[in-house]
Amino acid sequence: MRACVVTFPGSNCDRDLAVAFERVLGVRVDRVWHKRTRLDRYDLIGIPGGFSYGDHLRPGAIAARSPVMQEVVRQANDGALVLGPCNGFQILTEAGLLPGALIRNRGLAFVCRRVDLVVEGTDSPYTRGLERGRTLRLPIAHHDGGYVVDDEGLRRLEGEGRIALRYKDNPNGSTADIAGVLGGPRNNVLGLMPHPERAIEPLLGGVDGRALLAPLLAA
Amino acid sequence: MQARVSIRFKDGVLDPEAAAIEGALRGLGFDGVRGVRRVRVIELDLDTNEPEAAWASVERMCERLLANPVIEDASVEILKEG
Amino acid sequence: MNAASTIVPEAAREHGLSEAEWHRVVGILGREPRPVELGIFSVMWSEHCSYKSSKRHLATFPTKAPWVVQGPGENAGVVDIGDGQVAVFKMESHNHPSFIEPYQGAATGVGGILRDVFTMGARPVALLNALRFGAPEHPRTRHLVRGVVAGIGGYGNCVGVPTVGGEATFHRSYNGNILVNAMAVGVAEKDRVFYAKASGIGNPVVYVGAKTGRDGIHGATMASAEFSEAKEAARPTVQVGDPFTEKLLIEACMELMATDCLVAIQDMGAAGLTSSSFEMAARGGCGVEMDLDQVPVRERNMTAYEIMLSESQERMLCVLKEGQEAEAAAVFEKWDLSFATVGRITDTGRMVIRMAGETVADVPIDPVAGASPVYDRPHEPAPPRLPFYAERLMSEEAPGDALLRLLGCPDLCAKRWIWEQYDHMVMADTVGRPGGDAAVVRVHGTEKGLALTTDCTPRYVEADPRLGGMQAVVEAWRNLITVGARPLAITNCLNFGNPERPRVMGQLVGAIEGMAEACRALDFPVVSGNVSLYNETDGRAVQPTPNVGGVGLIRDLGRMTGIAFDAPGLALLLVGECVGWMGASLYLREVLGREEGAPPPVDLAAERRAGDMVLGLIEAGIVRAAHDLSDGGLAVALAEMCMASGFGACLDVPDDNLSSTGWLFGEEQGRYLLALREADAQGALDLARNVGVLARRVGTTGGDTLILGAEPPISLDELRARHEGFLPRLMNGGA
Repeated sequence: MRACVVTFPGSNCDRDLAVAFERVLGVRVDRVWHKRTRLDRYDLIGIPGGFSYGDHLRPGAIAARSPVMQEVVRQANDGALVLGPCNGFQILTEAGLLPGALIRNRGLAFVCRRVDLVVEGTDSPYTRGLERGRTLRLPIAHHDGGYVVDDEGLRRLEGEGRIALRYKDNPNGSTADIAGVLGGPRNNVLGLMPHPERAIEPLLGGVDGRALLAPLLAA
Repeated sequence: MQARVSIRFKDGVLDPEAAAIEGALRGLGFDGVRGVRRVRVIELDLDTNEPEAAWASVERMCERLLANPVIEDASVEILKEG
Repeated sequence: MNAASTIVPEAAREHGLSEAEWHRVVGILGREPRPVELGIFSVMWSEHCSYKSSKRHLATFPTKAPWVVQGPGENAGVVDIGDGQVAVFKMESHNHPSFIEPYQGAATGVGGILRDVFTMGARPVALLNALRFGAPEHPRTRHLVRGVVAGIGGYGNCVGVPTVGGEATFHRSYNGNILVNAMAVGVAEKDRVFYAKASGIGNPVVYVGAKTGRDGIHGATMASAEFSEAKEAARPTVQVGDPFTEKLLIEACMELMATDCLVAIQDMGAAGLTSSSFEMAARGGCGVEMDLDQVPVRERNMTAYEIMLSESQERMLCVLKEGQEAEAAAVFEKWDLSFATVGRITDTGRMVIRMAGETVADVPIDPVAGASPVYDRPHEPAPPRLPFYAERLMSEEAPGDALLRLLGCPDLCAKRWIWEQYDHMVMADTVGRPGGDAAVVRVHGTEKGLALTTDCTPRYVEADPRLGGMQAVVEAWRNLITVGARPLAITNCLNFGNPERPRVMGQLVGAIEGMAEACRALDFPVVSGNVSLYNETDGRAVQPTPNVGGVGLIRDLGRMTGIAFDAPGLALLLVGECVGWMGASLYLREVLGREEGAPPPVDLAAERRAGDMVLGLIEAGIVRAAHDLSDGGLAVALAEMCMASGFGACLDVPDDNLSSTGWLFGEEQGRYLLALREADAQGALDLARNVGVLARRVGTTGGDTLILGAEPPISLDELRARHEGFLPRLMNGGA
């Protein structure tokens, strides 16, 4: 498996995501600078959390227009696995790889805590093998995690089984408690506000992040 | 030539910051407020003096970057030399 | 001639220089200063930059130990943590700016302390904050809490350094002067630590980072003057921080430091380009020539005076090796940051500054930076207070009710509302999260951890500055011990009122004396620090608040402990003596509304014995949970352990009412509460006896209630409701 993690100016979970890929999947992870216009073919591309471009304009908006993102979109449409936690999710929606958008939390404040999530769409490389309805406990840490999608978009997501995760106790005002969304030709793109890369060992307070990463070895 | 872009949430997208402002105004006793919208304004200094060209170029900027069409509407004004 | 000599001292006074200092300036230069030079003397000799009131007392701190790599005098302290690695840390105040504009004040405080750490070559790995607000019911408090917390979060979250701990307390003495002290901790390779010591005649002096604007001119002088209501209305000189630029600056500096280009580096903090250039030159004993036309500016028509004194954020000054500018410039270009060669190192010992072809300043460096005035201000001791034992208490309140009141009081209540706004998990190495005695961050890629805490009990310091100073140090020591760390060293931030008042100066002198004594006794040296004076408004000073930031090392995270016990049926052991000391206690203040009595004595030898023994037990792997006893005493400590663990406990309580209050709520120092398996308890008690430490069995874990002797059980839910309720109610209640 060939894996990389993209770094944008202001990314701050790029190392964490690369470490998680290495530790859970046992792969070597290339670190890719956002100005790259050509990318080798990757099986797994991480779009990390953080505050790319300081969240200026809209979170993820400027990073989504980085040179490297055209290549990421192309490979995603070609079936490569693309995982975007937190700011990565914001970038993926801004880049049009996933529907909807993420706006300021309902409570207006930044929220960092562990939350319980319910697994819903299990037809994806990330959630295959997980039981529908299983609870995962993962950390969130964001200011703009309110997922917004219009009614028709929501019906499509639900109809196509592309809601990967919902919050048990909605922390940010997301439409229909949506925490993670699938996209791409074979549900190979996953954007989610929680941070699976921060929950891969007991010392960090949980291992449920492994549940979303480990299945990728079989993908 | 100057252009001004005003960006606001589409109808139906709940803006939690606007809702908070509205709540705060009520709390201060301003009962007459029926709605609050936040509008982000971006002003651009442009090289061109052609209003048509300016308009077209700023519209493209809105589509490419300045507004997110999933949640936002943008309106463009072309101002006289500022 | 006459006219000139009366007008000019007026300008000097406006610059905060005393008449004596003015004459000293004229003596040094052999002439009257040019405007830029007057500005330079003014900021360099301000209290904030020169420590002129505190210097002679600070010199009494012990600063050395075999593991200390760098003590005070650099941007931050450095201690060895083994395996060729060092921890780099410092704490600093941003009190005045945070009171004027809480969001930006707190945010730029975080930015500044981070730069102090990464300028030494350390990647920042943790942030902590010691916050002191006014009375909760004061009309400004909520606004200040909200702004400060959002500012700390806004900056720390964006730069991607976890905010893992600290303190937040409330007292009316801070109504007009809140305290915002930020601590940053970084990790570096021992042989890749960088210092702010210029050298190499002809080497280029290079400016990197954000551009210079007219931000915060004279911030350092502002931090050295008392507040008044009138001044507050003027809203002077607040800088605006940009954490995005800071993040780029961190990454760019880390890349620069991996090259072979860098000779010296210092951040431009208070007094900006002035202090950074003077201090680097002074440490290296060399001179500097600068051309201000080369400084990247953000605004038009900036004067030399403004450029030299601007406190624009996210800037660094470097000395590079000659001929390696291009390699360094490429790094900053990659990160979209300014890079400009603004000067050269000379052998003249003078700072010569030119702009538009004109010399705007030409001053000798040493007298400005090294030989600033030092004052021995008159100080008088605090009046002694009487001890206060439980027998003198007349409380109607049942112990259970008093416990609930204490758990829900502003100082002890859960601070979740605050720390959930901080990303405390980014970098994926936070293994001891907020809410315990000390935070723990793993040293990336290793099995060792840094334990971090901030501590001070201002009401003790007010009651007895020397004892209070000692207590701040020993509490930090205990908090590190309880997570299983070997305490290494401290940083501190000494927040006091106007030192020109002998009573305030007496508090400062006493607190330093007590801290120094405790640091010596515990081999817990001071490696960095900061002093913030003039924290008073209209003659009302804050409670003296010498905050201590402690750092310890856990060699094997497998042996880390926390306050949560992991099973029912564990034996609870109390380490340390109980006499029912109620003077200056939280119980006295919160339950009886009385702020009186002498604070608990500190027996440094006993502290050391108890701490070493507890750490030994933890390192032997038999301690399942440990908590230090501090505010609110034994009952509060046990309740906190129960809430954290989800198990209840039974605590033995003497059955006469008077002494039970002292037993439950007394605040004797040198105490720990430990949970061990039954099988290990006797061995631990035997060991304690052998090393001369008082220890006894006081209860057992289990159930879902906390039972204090014969009192009715209190459910964990009720404890939590009271503990968690206060802050959200304060912050969300009302309009």
